[in-house]
Amino acid sequence: MSDAVVPQRAEPSAVPARAGVGWVRRAIDSDIFYSFRRSKMTMVAAAITVLFFLLAIFASVLAVQDPFDPAQLQLMNSRISPLWTADGQSPYLLGTDEQGRDVFSAILYGLRISLTVGVLGVLFSGALGIVLGLIAGYVGGAVDGLIMRIADVQLTFPAILTALLINGVVKSVFGNRLDAMSTLAVLVLAIGLSFWVQYARTVRGSVMVEKNKDYVAAAQLIGLPAPVIMLRHVLPNTMGPVLVIATINLALAIITEATLSFLGAGMPDTMPSLGTLIRIGNNYLFAGEWWIVAFPGFALAGLILSINLLGDWLRDALNPKLR
Amino acid sequence: MTNPVLSVRNLEVEFHTRRSVLHAINGISFDIAKGEVLGVVGESGAGKSVTGLAVIGLIDPPGRIAGGEIYLSGMRIDHLPPEEIRRIRGKRIGMIFQDPLTSLNPLYRIGDQIIETIRTHTNLTETAARKRAIDLLAEVGIPAPEKRIDAYPHEFSGGMRQRVVIALAICAEPELIIADEPTTALDVSVQAQIISLIKRLGRDHGTAVMLVTHDMGVIAETSDRVAVMYSGRIAEIGPVQDVVQNPLHPYAKGLMGAIPTLAGEDKRLVQIPGSMPRLSAIPQGCPFNPRCGFVFDRCRVERPEPIVRGTQAVACHLYDTAPKEAVKETAA
Amino acid sequence: MLAFTLRRAIQAIGVMIAVGIISFSMFRFAGDPVNQIVSLDTSFAERAEIRKSLGLDDAVPIQFLRYFANAAQFKFGVSYQFRQPVSNLLMERMPATLELAICATIFAMVFGILMGVYSALRRDSALAKIFQAVSLIGISLPTFLIGILLIYLFSVTLGWLPSFGRGEVVRLGWWTTGLLTLSGLKALILPSITLGLFQLTLIMRLVRAEMLEVLRTDYIRFARARGLTTRAVHFGHALKNTLVPVITVAGLQFGSVIAFAIITETVFQWPGMGLLFVQAVQNVDIPIMAAYLLMVSLIFVTINLVVDLLYTIVDPRLRSTISRAA
Repeated sequence: MSDAVVPQRAEPSAVPARAGVGWVRRAIDSDIFYSFRRSKMTMVAAAITVLFFLLAIFASVLAVQDPFDPAQLQLMNSRISPLWTADGQSPYLLGTDEQGRDVFSAILYGLRISLTVGVLGVLFSGALGIVLGLIAGYVGGAVDGLIMRIADVQLTFPAILTALLINGVVKSVFGNRLDAMSTLAVLVLAIGLSFWVQYARTVRGSVMVEKNKDYVAAAQLIGLPAPVIMLRHVLPNTMGPVLVIATINLALAIITEATLSFLGAGMPDTMPSLGTLIRIGNNYLFAGEWWIVAFPGFALAGLILSINLLGDWLRDALNPKLR
Repeated sequence: MTNPVLSVRNLEVEFHTRRSVLHAINGISFDIAKGEVLGVVGESGAGKSVTGLAVIGLIDPPGRIAGGEIYLSGMRIDHLPPEEIRRIRGKRIGMIFQDPLTSLNPLYRIGDQIIETIRTHTNLTETAARKRAIDLLAEVGIPAPEKRIDAYPHEFSGGMRQRVVIALAICAEPELIIADEPTTALDVSVQAQIISLIKRLGRDHGTAVMLVTHDMGVIAETSDRVAVMYSGRIAEIGPVQDVVQNPLHPYAKGLMGAIPTLAGEDKRLVQIPGSMPRLSAIPQGCPFNPRCGFVFDRCRVERPEPIVRGTQAVACHLYDTAPKEAVKETAA
Repeated sequence: MLAFTLRRAIQAIGVMIAVGIISFSMFRFAGDPVNQIVSLDTSFAERAEIRKSLGLDDAVPIQFLRYFANAAQFKFGVSYQFRQPVSNLLMERMPATLELAICATIFAMVFGILMGVYSALRRDSALAKIFQAVSLIGISLPTFLIGILLIYLFSVTLGWLPSFGRGEVVRLGWWTTGLLTLSGLKALILPSITLGLFQLTLIMRLVRAEMLEVLRTDYIRFARARGLTTRAVHFGHALKNTLVPVITVAGLQFGSVIAFAIITETVFQWPGMGLLFVQAVQNVDIPIMAAYLLMVSLIFVTINLVVDLLYTIVDPRLRSTISRAA
């Protein structure tokens, strides 16, 4: 089997990115697409996930107001219940909150923030974990020992705790008054630093297996530098498990962001994510204004459930040895 | 004459998969008399183990017994409700599995496992059952049984564990022992000991033994009669001497040719070309026809039924008297 | 066996030293310890004086050792917000968190194991499928949403259970307990469910998977072939073998339960260490954060160690493989 792989991978024109695309194409050609079409639940989950991304991307087109712009909020329009209830008012489909913010628009923009933090957090943690995993696996020795010990220690603690601590420390270094965009960056950083371990372990494991194979020896023999060997030849072989981890971690990253924001350690009220909206709405639950918290809650739960279903399916379809 | 201990008639076992129904056992019949050892031999996937599991009533879904009858000392047992067949398992039929390393529950002392089994099937008290367990361990050749009874399985070697497994199988004095590849997972030196132990126990207690193995050597050494299985059918059955020295079925001929002997060093070991068909792709007619050197048209169409030839019974069209000419045609 | 214990203990100490360094770095570099003492109008000279008296001009390793020595005596400095010793604040809050975490764990274990065993033995039943679906939702719903949902149902709509606080507590020495009063017990229900639900789904899925795995093993087949009763096979042999890995995971999860209590305590305004920590993060109260990190790590590491040792006691195989490996 590896015989067939070697010439293809050794092609000088095969840049890493293309190797990745080739892998995806081959995967889609094979059983994956078949198993996707067979599972109705997965198709629904995929459709909902895509829908959420589209809602986030076209938030500014679909929203009736810009919920981040205080000038557009009118207090006299506050606490309007959803459209289909007795006190509903057009155009506030899902009602408004105490600042007169349209709940539907806020969800669209909040979704955008949540997905941005989630995707960037996954990209950051993935990149960090892959690089550290490649180095640990390829270099071995003391470097490997150090990286994996750090991973072990960090794995002892739940990611939410790590993220909270990183968040707190960064805030204390830069002062408590960060603007919204910097907060977003801090969240990405905190999530990235909390979730890299699983990638690193998986990639390291694959590298340890792959680096003793003949094609790596051949690449070393013709004098390719180590980073090239790792990126071009070893990395593509680890992409299956990494993709699964990334999908499941996208859900985890979104939950983490929402939790941090809910705890008041994430996105501020002026630029709310779904978690912030739920925190704000939670205060009005006792007053019977359930819609302020319910709809952002539904959106968050639906988003995470869909991504988790996709992740479960992907894991079963690719069947990598994650543990 | 009294009933044979085990009598299997036209047994069929199916496995229902999502795509199709697989016929693991396709109408087999055989008897085992009191004190007799029947060897069941064949390649992996021929249906040997499934036959054993069917007899003891342990075919789990998606598998099921689709037809035929199984009699234990004249009593039909294949249709019993789960609770009744459970009472027979372990008490009247003992079973020995292939891998002694995984057959014992690692978290329980071996004594507790034996005592539990004894007390399930008898009215013995805890103390009496313990005494019986020590006797059993002594009988199967465990040294210092009164001490070893409190050991955990991992504290025994593979051979010793298989002795414990045998003690468990015989602890209620069963009429029939089904031994499924009892020596395959063991060292060669230990294999002989276990084989002679099973043989001795069968002789001492008059127990019928169904010995499932893919090792013709083991069969030749222990069995009184042998059944050669192929693709869920019995290709040939008969006394061990006759089948080994004068195999009739082309597959049995190939199988016997594949036994290395010390005497015949000048002969090349014969190899049967090809491999046994998968259950999902059993050919029409005789399942052996694609690999058979004597194949003719009828083999590809009609399934051969057992034909009695002296002491042996063989399922092959070659021995049906009518179409003799066709044989020569294909052979030429 | 002894070598194994020793090795795990050394690893545990290593983790604690690593956490100690992080905690110290936070305390020393992210926060300014001088701020704990001074007010805004303290002059620069005075600050320098205090800095010196606190030993902040000493070499960093010496400061670290001093921090560690203090931490070992539960001296974690003074909270910026409360102007009180952090250790007092933590001790005051700890009983609330531990009671909540223990109740949640018991809830998760009992129902997780029951539901897991049921869905393994009656794999195709409707109830087992409902359990599976619920577990997927349980894993997908963020803890705080579950809490809010429960509050809305049982506090706002039905008015059966309190939505915040511990209810009446009884003081037993320095420990305060809500287990001895009716209002205390009522107050525990919703937070325990909220906190335990995630662990419950985890344990249920694990028990189900392990049990299905065990039911396929040779020794279960052999136990059935010996004619043991279904009851003895399922609840004697299979369950015992299933629970060995479950104990480990559930034990390790207790650490996460304490960490996840942060969220539950915030939702229910439960006066525990987690709520204290969240307030510290919001207000950048570094001494509390540093101390909380140390305390929680200590609990984690201790639990890990205990679980590792417990595992070797439960599983006789490990006792000998470990001594062989060592």
